[in-house]
Amino acid sequence: MARLTLKEKLAILSDAAKYDASCASSGSTRRDSRDGKGLGSNEGSGICHAYAPDGRCISLLKILMTNFCIYDCAYCINRVSSNVQRARFSVEEVVQLTIEFYRRNYIEGLFLSSGIIRSPDATMADMVRIARKLREEENFRGYIHLKTIPDAAPELIEEAGRLADRLSINVELPTDASVKQHAPEKSPDQIRRAMADVRLRRQAAKDRSHTGKRPPRFAPAGQSTQVIVGADGANDATILGQSTRLYGSYGLKRVYYSAFSPIPDASSRLPLISPPLQREHRLYQADWLLRFYDFQLDEITGVAPGGNLDLEVDPKLAWALANRAQFPVDVNHASREMLLRVPGFGVKTVNRILGTRRHRRVRYEDLLRIGASMKKARSFITAQGWSPGALTDSADLRARFTPPPEQLSLF
Amino acid sequence: MTGRVTLPRIGTEAAWRRAARGFLSAGVPPEDLRWTDAAAPQGLFDDEADVPDGAREIRVPRAFAAMSNAVIWHNDADRFDRLYAFLWRLQREPGLMRDRGDVQLAHLRRMEKAVHRCKHKMKAFVRFREISAPQDGRRQFAAWFEPTHHTVEFTATFFARRFADMDWRIYTPDVSAIFEDGRLRFGLDVPRPELPGDASEDLWVTYFRNIFNPARLKVQAMQSEMPKKYWHNMPEAASIPELIAEAPARARAMAAAAPTLPPVRTARVQEVARAQAPDHWSGPREGFAAALSGCTRCPLHRGATQAVPGAGPETAALMIVGEQPGDLEDLQGRPFVGPAGQLLDAALADAGVPRAEVYLTNAVKHFKYVTRGKRRIHQRPNTSEIDHCRWWLEAELARVRPTVVLALGATAAQALTGEGAGILKRRGATERGRHGGAVMISLHPAHILRVPVPAEQARLRRALTDDLAAAFATCRGADARIGR
Repeated sequence: MARLTLKEKLAILSDAAKYDASCASSGSTRRDSRDGKGLGSNEGSGICHAYAPDGRCISLLKILMTNFCIYDCAYCINRVSSNVQRARFSVEEVVQLTIEFYRRNYIEGLFLSSGIIRSPDATMADMVRIARKLREEENFRGYIHLKTIPDAAPELIEEAGRLADRLSINVELPTDASVKQHAPEKSPDQIRRAMADVRLRRQAAKDRSHTGKRPPRFAPAGQSTQVIVGADGANDATILGQSTRLYGSYGLKRVYYSAFSPIPDASSRLPLISPPLQREHRLYQADWLLRFYDFQLDEITGVAPGGNLDLEVDPKLAWALANRAQFPVDVNHASREMLLRVPGFGVKTVNRILGTRRHRRVRYEDLLRIGASMKKARSFITAQGWSPGALTDSADLRARFTPPPEQLSLF
Repeated sequence: MTGRVTLPRIGTEAAWRRAARGFLSAGVPPEDLRWTDAAAPQGLFDDEADVPDGAREIRVPRAFAAMSNAVIWHNDADRFDRLYAFLWRLQREPGLMRDRGDVQLAHLRRMEKAVHRCKHKMKAFVRFREISAPQDGRRQFAAWFEPTHHTVEFTATFFARRFADMDWRIYTPDVSAIFEDGRLRFGLDVPRPELPGDASEDLWVTYFRNIFNPARLKVQAMQSEMPKKYWHNMPEAASIPELIAEAPARARAMAAAAPTLPPVRTARVQEVARAQAPDHWSGPREGFAAALSGCTRCPLHRGATQAVPGAGPETAALMIVGEQPGDLEDLQGRPFVGPAGQLLDAALADAGVPRAEVYLTNAVKHFKYVTRGKRRIHQRPNTSEIDHCRWWLEAELARVRPTVVLALGATAAQALTGEGAGILKRRGATERGRHGGAVMISLHPAHILRVPVPAEQARLRRALTDDLAAAFATCRGADARIGR
């Protein structure tokens, strides 16, 4: 076999990496290289350096170290039984690509993942070598996200956490049963234990010792995971239930939902579908409601017929339509908790309403200037000079928010 | 009479602050001033107003300072007038910054947002090219960029913090930033330079083309975040039309392709993988712990990280049974390591019972909880769960064969004796357990932790300590009799 050029390898190994949704580069420690001795900075908020036509942001150089893999996960392009072309980067090649891309301001850092070669330990050790070389030889101070192999040795995970900003371990599918079915070599128990281990190490890294000395930081941007949506029969209630458990148990920063997307050379065990993009979008919205809007899981799933979120209206609107007795809400008197439940009001909007309300009564026009989405909100609120009248309880309220019915084509 | 105030195009922010402070201090109202920057055409009739010395101290809310520092760089000609007029009002209405519904404030906030967005896009979309060999050990880079607002000075420090070990220049049609030998300076109206080609650009375009997933075309989402006006200075953007055009056909081809046969090496590779040595986590592959870890007798295994087996010597005379693992026990896989465990440790020490000689376990082996926000709240196991898990507790009893079992709390008492009620009345006494051995009843340390009154808490803690000591003494006595 002819040796692949760096460009050919990059094409293969970035193509293989695109099914990982995460590209975040935010929330790590603040640092820069003003001392002139290193390269890179991290200032809290992430930067998306480009967007691909799939609407996804490109913040990190997201590549696999290799797409050789000994596992046979049905949903994965890199499974051992697939016929995709295989390639492998050397440690130096990944370091060089990262540094050269970073210097040209193409990226915020590196997101390194890998197929499992030889053994989980051998694979993780190679990934850690790349991160170590970047940090210690190149003095790279940009962002590093390492995909953690759940079965790798604890000392490798320890070192990975000290070098990287974020670690992630994918739970892959919503239930243990479907992981066993579609990813026979992966163990859901082991994935959970590894996430528990990362959480404990992060906690330990925050405790000062009795001398007041801080232990080295461990994955300061936290850990995240990804679950594939639509590959198995799990409904949204199951998926959100899993996310709630994961956030609560392991302090995850994010659960990414990835609509099961067609891959080249798909497995006959898992037929391809058109990716359920709208469902993925609704899951993210519900996830936000759970984390930032103080919604409880059963409130969201309770208004989801058959356990699946309404695809036509967003989950907050769906909840409001089903709980109209609690509306209209008076923006001049309602509590913060209740304002957060108004469709069309975000966290920023609510903060601004609360600020303005200390000076004077809030009018409809104020809400427009504040940035509320009044097309949605107006049916659910009263303000100075505004009352929705019978709108809140009107029978066709839902129809006002759903897309107009389309006539079926005859041909 | 109105006076003109002309602010320089470099160092605008400091000049604006000085001028605004001076005029405000001298009480010059907004309608007497006409603010411009040096690039704007100068009116015929206005005379340049002299900036008075700021004798009076001017105080502004921090929120205004942050906002004005962004609005200054907006490209609207009236930005300074708006800021000064608002500042004038702010002196009389000190709480104005919090009134987000105010028309003028809303306008300024919109301008601020536009400038911040422009700054953010500049951080994101500037593309450097390497322009020559390193000089004095510093690599040489340059970029051409066209910002919407005057954001170069506002953003340049970001690049200085990030790329301090190389020399770089960002040329724009307006202000250009030049960073050489660790010093940042600005130039005006520098002509657009010819930048040489850069081999890394080809790799970057390769990356861009391959990270795109043709099955999820969302052109609108891309364009709202990466507007077309930036495209002509971004090397990767040239491939966008082609990627969009080809995407539907590529997605169709993937769906239509027939499944292929696995490569011949598949079986061999998997055989090697299966033959691998046990990993670091799985622990014993056989025996009690291995069997317990696979337990699915009740639904609790679904939410828990792992089943937590008992810990301690299998020859222990005293076995202490708690309720179930808590948050930390679930994460660590060991019993009694959380707050309740620490209280138990302290009570054991007070009672003179060495923990290393005791077998510690729980009546239920998986953590039962409900999630509230980001926390897991403990839930008491129900009778069915206790009954399902008794199978494991009895297996432990059969293996350890303790002289005395100390049941902490109602769940343990129920599992061991079949009766969970009346713990406070029953504590301290010895009962006969379902397994035929002696069971002593005491309080669960987690219950003691929840008691709000300190005196009562101390009393219950003493009770637990007494029970531990009594149970241990019973074991010692029995050991002496049977000569253990």
